[in-house]
Amino acid sequence: MGKVIIAKDLTKRFGSFTAVDKISFEVEKGEIFGFLGANGAGKTTAMRMLCGLSLPSSGTATVAGFDVYKENELIKKNIGYMSQKFSLYEDLTISENIQFYGGIYGLTDERIEEKTKSLVKQLHLEGQEKTLVRALPLGWKQKLALSIAIVHDPAIVFLDEPTGGVDPVTRREFWSLIYEASERGITVFVTTHYMDEAEYCNRVSIMVDGRIDALDTPASLMRNYAAASMDEVFLHLARKAVRTE
Amino acid sequence: MRVLKFLLQKELRQIFRDKAVFRILFIMPMVQLLILPLAADYEIKNINLSVVDHDHSEYSRKLVNKITASGYFRLKDYSASFSQGLKAIELDKTDLILEIPAQFERDLVKDSKATLLVSVNAINGVKAGLGGAYVQSIIQDYNQQVRMQWIQFPRFDPQPTIEVTSSDWYNPNMNYRVFMVPGILVMLVTMIGSSFAANNIVREKEIGTIEQINVSPIKKWQFILGKLIPFWMLALVVLSFGLLIARFVYGIVPLGHYLTIYTFASIYLLAVLGLGLLMSTYAQTQQQSMLVSFFVTMIFNLMSGLYTPIESMPMWAQWITKFNPVSYFIEVMRMVVLKGSGLTDIKYQIFALLGFALFFNGWAILNYRKRSG
Repeated sequence: MGKVIIAKDLTKRFGSFTAVDKISFEVEKGEIFGFLGANGAGKTTAMRMLCGLSLPSSGTATVAGFDVYKENELIKKNIGYMSQKFSLYEDLTISENIQFYGGIYGLTDERIEEKTKSLVKQLHLEGQEKTLVRALPLGWKQKLALSIAIVHDPAIVFLDEPTGGVDPVTRREFWSLIYEASERGITVFVTTHYMDEAEYCNRVSIMVDGRIDALDTPASLMRNYAAASMDEVFLHLARKAVRTE
Repeated sequence: MRVLKFLLQKELRQIFRDKAVFRILFIMPMVQLLILPLAADYEIKNINLSVVDHDHSEYSRKLVNKITASGYFRLKDYSASFSQGLKAIELDKTDLILEIPAQFERDLVKDSKATLLVSVNAINGVKAGLGGAYVQSIIQDYNQQVRMQWIQFPRFDPQPTIEVTSSDWYNPNMNYRVFMVPGILVMLVTMIGSSFAANNIVREKEIGTIEQINVSPIKKWQFILGKLIPFWMLALVVLSFGLLIARFVYGIVPLGHYLTIYTFASIYLLAVLGLGLLMSTYAQTQQQSMLVSFFVTMIFNLMSGLYTPIESMPMWAQWITKFNPVSYFIEVMRMVVLKGSGLTDIKYQIFALLGFALFFNGWAILNYRKRSG
């Protein structure tokens, strides 16, 4: 299996503040890669650099084989992104959102129609295609946002705290969507605060103060830190943090 | 091109779905166009007059009658002394005192000479200036009448007098509305053009949807055009409504072609929308963009020649108006509507506006960043 993300000494400084401090890691194709860390640890900044939304200060990285410095617009063709803020248009209907995001990624009209049908079916939203997104409950919105983020079948999808504020049942459903995407061969790069979710990932990295302090499968991490759960691993590492929000 | 189609489709859906935007876009300008031209009139009427007549003669009465009969003045106060008259001015009851001295009639008839005192409240400069001038010309006219009555002119007047007659070209009835309505229409189109598109982009920044756009392969020019075109069309529709009102409410039929107006308006809107988009690339919140565009359009409108002629501004201010797109449109509107100018007559203005459009939109595209530093 190839590597879809390769980061080496990737750094982002804002003035004298180093938000991301020389992080290096690799992500395999089709992997579900968990990106953990306390608030302010630098997760979102790191993710934004990989998505081509923020220019790194130093270090190198390639995403889907493209360089983050020079080929950022090519990266954008090959990734999906779901930000912390809800990013669908609330004043458009479900099918209009699918049409728009499909359209700007260059899907044909037939493909958009196909996608709309399968997506609506998958999310059990039949008959609600003409509902404004505004009217949906939060959990549904998040599931829809994920499905739309991968509507163009990207190589990688970046999810920034996608399940914040979502109830446990919907979170479970959300993760089954993630697994389905992974089975389709889409690499999933996800940040989260929920440690039960961390255990769903193939591999997990834990960021503390802008650095990656641990990176392994959840099972090995728990073994290495002699912890009963990922929760304990996380607390053990995150307590060392000097930086506050 | 396909991407642009999806951007436009999305934008138009959002605009037509938002009832508030729709109302603001159409009803507000219409109401303004129906009220402003009738209210914002240069002609000074209803000047409140205070008369202090120490003479109480037939002549003084005739003079006062003549002034009030002119229609510009309202006799509000008839005081016994000047200080009382001044009191009325201080209380803001009147704007102007005419003091007729005792023996006004006798002096005028016997000595062929009499003095009158006119005191004007100059707090409102325009009203004072015009009011004073009106009174003077009425008194002069009155004087003429008296001379005709009393003085035997020699057969040949030793003093040649020049009489000036004027004819007003392009607006023969000096109809103020013909002059104002096209200008106000320009102002409204400008406000819509500069603030709506700008606010729209900043709103996407606030909601966070712009991030989803930035992480997609949409090109910068596609995004900017996707915002520019819908509001460009809307502003042209508003302009059409305005021209209809001008025609059917105010009876203003342009001497030139409507096509000339639309051609120029299309280019003009590109420039104004570009300016709005440029502001939006700097603003982070809707408040910021609203305040800035409010400030800019206010300066543009006040320095556009709509209210005060550009030719009477100081030289440096006239230079500033060269960088004001609004002043070109107002000039063109008046040229086309009143003089019937065609495209060749306004080619200088067209080139200037094309320059503005390229400059503002180019800058907006350069300054719009999909990736932060």
